[in-house]
Amino acid sequence: MTSPATVPFPAVAKGSPVYKTVAMVGPPNAGKTTLFNRLTGLRQKVGNFPGVTVEHHSGTYRFESGKEVCLVDLPGVYSLNPKSEDERVTVDVLNGNMRGAERPDAIILVLDSSNLNRHLILAGRVIALGLPTLVLLNMADELHKQGGSVDVLLLARQLGTPVALISAVTGEGVDAVEKFLFAAPHPPEPLELPIFGDPRHCREWAVRVGSHAGYQRGATPEWTRRLDSIFLHKVWGGAIFAIVIVAVFQTIFSLGQPASSFLQHLLDHIATILSNMLPPGMINSLAVNGIWKGAGSVLVFLPQILLLFLVIGILEDSGYLARAAVISDKVMARAGLNGKSFIPLLSAYGCAVPAIMATRTIENKRDRIATILIAPFMTCSARLPVYTMLIAAFIPDHPVFGPVVTTRAVVMLGLYVLGFVMAVVTAKVLKSSVLRSRDVAFIMELPPYRWPMWKSLALRLMDRAKAFFFRAGTVILGASVVLWALTYLPMHNGQPPQIADSAIASVGRFIEPAIQPLGFNWKIGVGLLSSFAAREVIIATMGTLHGVDPASHAMDLQEALKSDLSPAGAIALLVFFAFAMQCMSTMAVVRRETNSWKWPLLQFLYMTAVAYIAAFVAYHITLQYWS
Amino acid sequence: MTYTATTPNQSLNDLALGETGILKDFDMPENIAEHLMNLGFVPGLEVMVARTGPGGNPRVYRVDGTEVALRRDLSQCIAVRPLHDAESLHDAAIEVE
Ligand SMILES: Nc1nc2c(ncn2[C@@H]2O[C@H](COP(=O)(O)OP(=O)(O)OP(=O)(O)O)[C@@H](O)[C@H]2O)c(=O)[nH]1
Ligand SMILES: [Mg+2]
Repeated sequence: MTSPATVPFPAVAKGSPVYKTVAMVGPPNAGKTTLFNRLTGLRQKVGNFPGVTVEHHSGTYRFESGKEVCLVDLPGVYSLNPKSEDERVTVDVLNGNMRGAERPDAIILVLDSSNLNRHLILAGRVIALGLPTLVLLNMADELHKQGGSVDVLLLARQLGTPVALISAVTGEGVDAVEKFLFAAPHPPEPLELPIFGDPRHCREWAVRVGSHAGYQRGATPEWTRRLDSIFLHKVWGGAIFAIVIVAVFQTIFSLGQPASSFLQHLLDHIATILSNMLPPGMINSLAVNGIWKGAGSVLVFLPQILLLFLVIGILEDSGYLARAAVISDKVMARAGLNGKSFIPLLSAYGCAVPAIMATRTIENKRDRIATILIAPFMTCSARLPVYTMLIAAFIPDHPVFGPVVTTRAVVMLGLYVLGFVMAVVTAKVLKSSVLRSRDVAFIMELPPYRWPMWKSLALRLMDRAKAFFFRAGTVILGASVVLWALTYLPMHNGQPPQIADSAIASVGRFIEPAIQPLGFNWKIGVGLLSSFAAREVIIATMGTLHGVDPASHAMDLQEALKSDLSPAGAIALLVFFAFAMQCMSTMAVVRRETNSWKWPLLQFLYMTAVAYIAAFVAYHITLQYWS
Repeated sequence: MTYTATTPNQSLNDLALGETGILKDFDMPENIAEHLMNLGFVPGLEVMVARTGPGGNPRVYRVDGTEVALRRDLSQCIAVRPLHDAESLHDAAIEVE
């Protein structure tokens, strides 16, 4: 019998919520964050694989009366005995040992109703903590669809806590949360709970409780099995994996690039209008060359970056990512890691910062550090604009296989592969020296396939776009304006200098000897220096440098770049970007997650050295064949 | 219950695709065994080889209503008793009442 009702709470007139801070606890992938987002209106990351949330996040759940409660979303746990850093966060918060997080005075326990036998064991342990607890059996929609059922009243009686069957996605039954928060604290009933002891006994207890509540598990969804028989096929699985990855990059390139060029034209057009509108002089130059051609030229890559995050989002939300981890396990094993590391590495294709956070789910400390150290080799979205621009400027567009796969796409893919290969090689070196450890177990739970939640995906992309504009408006804009100012100094009789005599040129000339062997002139050198603030700043810098230069003022950026770089120099620059660590935020997060300056500094030196040497080699090889 | 002439220590690794066994015990560090048990690998439960992944390793096991991928070397350390068709019922060993 399925009953959507909640356990009747002692009726309490609506006054104030009884609790101040309520923690959301549960096994990984049970839907805690989905519910948290629904209740607080926030947009924390949701995904269909275990270990999406790796930090504690607080949010305010506001009621109609204006009263509010603080909800804390936590990483999923399998038990209260933490095995990894993310699980430790949850346990620390529950015990009040987390700095900056208040100790919760009640718990919302979110379980996956399609697998209660297993999850009830965790329920036993959590209820035994003695805090008022609401047990939510989530994914009611899936349970119904698969023909399962459970009697929440009977279950509540046995657990001694209120229980409700809900769906965090459809909202069914979610009003139970509000009822719980306003009801008088439930006196914890003395219960025989299997906290310690033999797992077999715990499991027996869980099955007993479940069967007393008439729990019937639904059938495993047939199409998950069917899809897995394709995606995890003994022979084809690997090939499909490769096709998926190539298709992803091909899409991003073939759809994203025209969008960027279109925007580029639009931008140039506006620059001309702007320049004609404003009276000539310093303000004109600042607006047109400093801001518009600087920070503005980065904006054109927004469509491409959003497309990339869309595709990564689909992989994460559908459940394919967990399969990808299984398939990649073999390659990762070669590097001394395991498939689990693939999950953060894939998200590093978007951005290394969340990827480095996501390594918290890796149980083995040394594997985790190795994964942190190699993650910035993955081609992140900040490299995408640089690649796109240089490729469009220097690589001729010839078809390779049919009309879709062109030389440009091949070069792009090659750069992605290059980063990945260097990551694997580096991991191999680390894992067979300083980070050597016993072989660690690869254990990967495979969630059912699900449709991506389009709405939440769209919201996530919007947040991405906002973050992108924010970055363009702060770091990139700041860098462009400083740079522009340096092109304007030193002034003679109130006139800006020739670009070649400006302050920025002296800086560039100073480092020129170091980069000449790579085929770069001083302008590229300035671009490189500025790219250590953020990779895509190089585009803004080149935009400004050429904007103020009368010789190239009228050209578009791609064309202007041809005066700075030979094709061999362009290849060297691409290779340099593939390997160099040019990201302050990544260094900061590595410092935080490894708790030392040693690793980020080592990583910085290593990556820069690799980038320099590889660019040097690439330059000289290319010179032989193509100059 | 009939024990046919099986090798005294049969491991999960010895089961072929589609075969089912009953979990006996683990020969591995405590914390890994605990992780496996949290995922449903509890002694007494049935486990089935659901899928051989690309290249034959890792393989996917169906246990307690979920699917979990393990490498061959780890499944080598999990002892099982092969299940006879006649006794095939869910949660064979510890179904309650
Ligand atoms: N069908 C259905 N899917 C749901 C429901 N709740 C969550 N999901 C899906 O389940 C997956 C996991 O959701 P999350 O909210 O990320 O789970 P979580 O518990 O926060 O997971 P971790 O952060 O990894 O511990 C996502 O794909 C959700 O879309 C539900 O009620 N019904
Ligand atoms: Mg979560």
